[in-house]
Amino acid sequence: MTTSVIPAPTRPWVASTKDRLFDIGIFALALVVDLLLVAVTPMKGKLAYVFVFAIAYVTLSALRQFIVRGSASAKDAFVSSLVAFGAFVTLLPILSIFVTVIEKGSKGIHLGLFTHDMSMATPTDPLSNGGLLHAITGTLTLVALALIMSVPIGILTALYLTEIQGRFTRPIRFLVQAMSGVPSIVAGLFILSAVLYPIAKNYSGFMGSLALTILMIPTIARTSEEVLRLIPNDLREAGTALGGTQWRTVAMIVLPAARSGLVTAMILGVARIAGETAPILLLTGGGDKVNGNAFNGPIGSLPYYIWKSFNAGSPESITRAWAGLLVLLILVLVFFTIARFLGSRKVAK
Amino acid sequence: MSQTFVEPSAPAPADAVPRDLTTKPRFSDRVFRGVVTTGGLSSLAILGLITIFLGYRGFEVLRQEGFNFITSSTWAITTDDAGNVVESHFGLAAMLVGTILCSIIAVVIAVPISVFTALFLNFYAPVWLKKILVSVIDMMAAFPSILFGIWGFLVLMPSAEYWGKLLNHYLGFIPIFHVPASYFTRSPFIAGIVLAIMIIPIITSVSREVFSQTPLDRIQAAYALGATRWGMIQAVVIPYGRGGVVGGAMLGLGRAMGETVAVYTVLNIVYQVNWHVLFGAGGNIASLIILKFGDASPYEIKALMAAGLILFLLTLMVNAGADLIVKRFGGNKR
Repeated sequence: MTTSVIPAPTRPWVASTKDRLFDIGIFALALVVDLLLVAVTPMKGKLAYVFVFAIAYVTLSALRQFIVRGSASAKDAFVSSLVAFGAFVTLLPILSIFVTVIEKGSKGIHLGLFTHDMSMATPTDPLSNGGLLHAITGTLTLVALALIMSVPIGILTALYLTEIQGRFTRPIRFLVQAMSGVPSIVAGLFILSAVLYPIAKNYSGFMGSLALTILMIPTIARTSEEVLRLIPNDLREAGTALGGTQWRTVAMIVLPAARSGLVTAMILGVARIAGETAPILLLTGGGDKVNGNAFNGPIGSLPYYIWKSFNAGSPESITRAWAGLLVLLILVLVFFTIARFLGSRKVAK
Repeated sequence: MSQTFVEPSAPAPADAVPRDLTTKPRFSDRVFRGVVTTGGLSSLAILGLITIFLGYRGFEVLRQEGFNFITSSTWAITTDDAGNVVESHFGLAAMLVGTILCSIIAVVIAVPISVFTALFLNFYAPVWLKKILVSVIDMMAAFPSILFGIWGFLVLMPSAEYWGKLLNHYLGFIPIFHVPASYFTRSPFIAGIVLAIMIIPIITSVSREVFSQTPLDRIQAAYALGATRWGMIQAVVIPYGRGGVVGGAMLGLGRAMGETVAVYTVLNIVYQVNWHVLFGAGGNIASLIILKFGDASPYEIKALMAAGLILFLLTLMVNAGADLIVKRFGGNKR
């Protein structure tokens, strides 16, 4: 009778307790080196701690791998920590921006902000005077007008690229790409030279939203194109097989199926232009009073308000600018989150 | 059973026309196609109109200044009491140099960080972390530029000024790190850092896109041959994605060149050619337009339009080049 020995299953790829201990040890050692170095040398600030720690950790972990496994493994460990540090450096400014805007902006937030405009106050007044009402309504007006103009054009462009695919498909895709790189100030100058000087002759919200439309079209067109591409071809074929013309197929089947994706495209477009400043400065005139008429007279907006308060330069006005930035940031984030939420569902059932 | 045999009819006459089998699109479809094509061509129309109108407005100035508009660097206009132009010199060289300098600093800083981030997202990060990071970085791309400008001026400036001093202290013997006077605030270097932060999202997303298209069989072949993760990246991913990263960097360059408000806020705009990146003087074309627009006479506005045209053509070229490179080396989005 033979006895067979069944070996216990091993998992050599899982880190052993010893490895884990070493990892923690290296982390702690890097921390100690970091604290010592920053204390001894004249380096200062939070960032010095971060960078010295990164260097210490990268070196120590590479050194350990070199001793245990040799040079290839050491390089691998070196790059692993370097790459993670790169991602961390990308996040650093976002974190800093968030913390600063919330910390400084919250000081300037009060209820009156949403019920008053600045017609009876100057940026250097105490914070309780005046508010953002004109800026919020102005931004909403500008964005709504730009939306009305850019959505048809953007979606038609996307439809041309996906449904018609004529001989202009490649050039148009190229031009839409080129258009997304048009600097916002150039869009502003264009409206200034083509519409404001020869025709309108006056600042108004409509001029601003024309420039915003130019900036918004590429975002909407590209996102919609991606969404329309996701609609399965079976649906189009089914439409044709039932005797539908192309027009009926697109209008009754393709567009409804892509509905939530198209809404995502619109919202991403709004997030892209809500904080656009340069063309607003050139075209809208930036009033301090609530102006409900977008076609007549200067109109305020959040970016203009922030710009004006920031340039006034007193502590009160800079707090106003931060409060405006906080409101603008929340607005952009709300739009962005809705777009993400809808976008994750992609194609409606 | 008798069979009735039908005499075949006479053969078709020689001039018979075969029946047309192609379906003619209905009227509604022709309208639909017409409308969609018109909408699709609107991007062409808009880009064309921008060139025409800025060119038309700036023509007078461009003709008067000729090639000097790009090579000289004086921006001065004298008017008499009645407001007529007596003398004017418009040259864009200082701002052109500033535009290129700031955006190159931005790209030099942003590219390594973006490539590291893209590598981390594709090959190192666990799935849950990747999802969060991609959302956060995309969100960063939607931040308004005025936010970056004010944050850069009030929060980043003190630290960045200190880094500038360090660079000058230890590397001051290199000509570009030299400063003519000890003035480090609001330098092109700091504007470059702010622009770098603004273009990191786009370079990251293009690089990520290209890296993620690396053929899986090659990746697994590298692992099967015993490569470490870095060995695999070095041998497979980098050669495959190199072109896409270059294209992404150029897209970032184009964005950085056209940036207005952030540069205007951070940079100390001085009308002179300044190659000393750490010295607090410089400018770019877009910020010049914002700076001069407020109190410009009609003739000066024409000069600003011409400047806008130059900026437009410059960014268009950079973007077109970037697009071609990205298309050529994979990555069909963005």
